[in-house]
Amino acid sequence: MKYALLIYGNSDVLAAWPEEEWRRVNAGVAEVVARPDVPDYLRLQGPSTATTLRNEQGGSLLTDGPFVDSKDFLGGFIIVEAENLDGALAVAEELQQLRMGGAIEVRPVNEEPLVRA
Amino acid sequence: MLEQVFRDDWGRVVASLVGYLRDIELAEDAAQEAFALAAERWPRDGVPSNPTGWLITTARNRAIDRIRRERTLVAKTELLAGELQEGMEEAMDETACFPDERLELIFTCCHPALALDAQVGLTLRTLGGLSTEEIARAFLVPFETMSKRLTRAKHKIRDAAIPFAVPPEHLLPERLDAVLAVVYLIFNEGWGGGRVDLSTEAIRLGRSLVELMPDEAEAYGLLALMLINHARSASRFHDGELVLLDDQDRSRWDENQIAEGRELLARALALRGSGPYVIQAAIADLHLDEPRDWEEIALLYAKLEEITSSAVVAMNRAIAVAEIEGPEAALALLGRLDLAEYRYYHSTRADLLRRLGRDEEARAAYARALELTEAGPEQRFLESRLADFLEATGTGQSPLTDSNRRPPPKM
Repeated sequence: MKYALLIYGNSDVLAAWPEEEWRRVNAGVAEVVARPDVPDYLRLQGPSTATTLRNEQGGSLLTDGPFVDSKDFLGGFIIVEAENLDGALAVAEELQQLRMGGAIEVRPVNEEPLVRA
Repeated sequence: MLEQVFRDDWGRVVASLVGYLRDIELAEDAAQEAFALAAERWPRDGVPSNPTGWLITTARNRAIDRIRRERTLVAKTELLAGELQEGMEEAMDETACFPDERLELIFTCCHPALALDAQVGLTLRTLGGLSTEEIARAFLVPFETMSKRLTRAKHKIRDAAIPFAVPPEHLLPERLDAVLAVVYLIFNEGWGGGRVDLSTEAIRLGRSLVELMPDEAEAYGLLALMLINHARSASRFHDGELVLLDDQDRSRWDENQIAEGRELLARALALRGSGPYVIQAAIADLHLDEPRDWEEIALLYAKLEEITSSAVVAMNRAIAVAEIEGPEAALALLGRLDLAEYRYYHSTRADLLRRLGRDEEARAAYARALELTEAGPEQRFLESRLADFLEATGTGQSPLTDSNRRPPPKM
């Protein structure tokens, strides 16, 4: 089964990180995403680069910033191939051990086709 | 007869079906159909020689039938899809022996990825065989709420693939703690609220755990703890009023349960158990002695406090210390605890203050305890304590009128 690990960071915590802390964490993450049970991952640029479209009054409204404006923001995804939830939680736990300062949400990937043949 | 088979076999049948179908909802439905069929056939044709095997095989076949009828489901249930292609339907084999998979099921139901109330409800439903109505009534929530809670949990187990397995060695201690906590929570729900059927249910679950994990000291400890406490359940209330341990009629204690509890405790200790449930069972056991060995009790509470860092445990140690060193020392210990919202903290303080003759403070503490206590025997006990105390100290009129006994209703 495929699971997505949604990596959340906290802007206050990350702002205080020195260069060497970034190097340490990135090296740890690089090790995890290089493994065969991690088929894919995606890093996002910071929330200040986000643009959000909302449906409003019959049209689309553009706003500057992420959909949910909060100190906690989505930093990226790591896809994990695991036999069950415990397998995915083990990888998340490993990442948590790097003390990235935020939270990791684990969600099973919906692998059903969008349109049935 | 059928009622008995139902109580004894429901958990085993459901567990076996979940192992086969990997879907608790399907498993429960199929089990229900099999039990209904048994109710219809067994009185007429006689009980099969292997009732459990009959129920599991029948339920499996029912499940396969149902999936055939609902073809769309097949795509979702890959495991079954494979087996269905072979067109296998099991013949009724009276000697078929299915492994007991209740342990796998209880670890699934008590998985920490599920909310605690869902863990409790699912365990009672799948292993205890309680109906959703019964569980809703026991936890004082509407049927719809409980039903939604259970359905959501079952779907999460299926969709997020929460494992149906006994956890590997490195996860076992933590996961076992979660299972024991759920069983103990069920027990206490039945105890504090006077709903004895839940306590009995917890003891049944505790017995299964001991049977399934004969090397786990904490499983023995939990069962011993529940039995020793339960043995006193008949004497805890007199005419609906709460009776303190010292005033309980010992002739009404269940000697068999106490003996069994003590035997289980001995086995836990023989397994070198020193976890929180073993210690609590040892404390409960010491409380049965007359006079009580307060030194030993205080020592065990100190040990428990070390493991759990619980303020409630620290409070209980203070109660033992009061018996050894006097109320003053106990009050000093209580002063360091952050338990302002815990009713027993205030009733304990009140009792110690009363013994020291600090009347004004004692009255205030009793009043605070009462505010935090829901209507029922416990509230009436505190009220009578307060009344006795006021009478004895000659302070006359109770300061507690109906208007200030309860916190004002929230708007």
